[in-house]
Amino acid sequence: MREKADHTELRPGPYRPRVSIFWWVRRRSYLLFVLRELSGVFVAWSVVFLLLVVGAVVRGPETYRRFLDVSATAGVLLVNAIALCFILLHAVTWLFMLSPRAVAVRLRGRRLPPAAIGAGNLVAWMLASALVVFLVLG
Amino acid sequence: MVDHIILRVTRYRPESEAEPTAREYEIPLRKEWSVLDGLNHIKDHLDGTLSYRWSCRMGVCGSCGVTVDGEPKLACATFLEGYAPGPVRVEPLSNFPVVRDLVVDIGDFMRKLPRVRPWLVRPEGEPQAEGEYLQLPAERAEYEQFSMCINCMLCYAACPVYGLDQEFIGPAAAALAQRYNLDSRDRGASARMDVLSAAEGIWACTFVGECSAVCPKGVDPAGAIQRYKLTAAMEALKSLLLPRGAR
Repeated sequence: MREKADHTELRPGPYRPRVSIFWWVRRRSYLLFVLRELSGVFVAWSVVFLLLVVGAVVRGPETYRRFLDVSATAGVLLVNAIALCFILLHAVTWLFMLSPRAVAVRLRGRRLPPAAIGAGNLVAWMLASALVVFLVLG
Repeated sequence: MVDHIILRVTRYRPESEAEPTAREYEIPLRKEWSVLDGLNHIKDHLDGTLSYRWSCRMGVCGSCGVTVDGEPKLACATFLEGYAPGPVRVEPLSNFPVVRDLVVDIGDFMRKLPRVRPWLVRPEGEPQAEGEYLQLPAERAEYEQFSMCINCMLCYAACPVYGLDQEFIGPAAAALAQRYNLDSRDRGASARMDVLSAAEGIWACTFVGECSAVCPKGVDPAGAIQRYKLTAAMEALKSLLLPRGAR
């Protein structure tokens, strides 16, 4: 039995546009979003690097000195400089863009404006950084 | 002084075209004219076959969403003067199937919306004699912002997550769910949680934030979703750590 042809050259129906693989360069916010997603890789790298530092310290002064030498090479410095930029982007997103909108804090029955929560986060960030500086240098 | 402007309008006639094409129309540029006025001028005087949605002309009905020069906008609230000397690109909203010209199919949203129960949920069998559900102004302020949504679909058009994954419940449906979750009269938060906490619910949102940036009514769907993520995470933590009676 011959199958009935069920197609025509132009079948009336909705047009479904395809999403371009370069959709993320269409807007600045999309690009920032993709960079933020990518920042997760560098956050993971910084954790690994920190664990390597701790491992080198545990193994003794000689291992630690060798680790410092490797860390001072141009390649590792470049990766860490890029990682720092991405981690800052990650931190700024969380502290000043996401958490002020996600957290509803009430003071005397009134909801704090998002900017106040962002400012609170900034103060907390500064205090934590000061503590780290004190522990390292003090 | 420029007294005319060109609208480059996307046309799609499914009975004769395989994909959309752009067509230019020269229209008068008047100070008080919005993009919708321009489209109406085309329809009335230049080409009666142009199809687009509109109704109230005052940013309330949410039907005239289009893409103007790459940005999702309400045609009635976007003034042509800001785009002079032109040309101005007027295209259908992104991320939706195009039915004809500037008309898109929003059926996907209409199917998703009832799943989040966008109405006041009350326990079954409450006696009417108990009276109305009273609410203080401060309680109303909790959800008022999210009640401004007019379902115009600009947030869906701006959301790349929805563009890539049509299973995502989307910004407006999530914001409307929060509108009722935050309402002191509502008791349906736990019923909505199943839909909102699913993989294609709030967790699919990656906080691009463009939904809130394009919203013509100042609703913050991105904020609503992030706030609900925190609520859902706390609920999950409670169910893990606390005994059943203390949750």
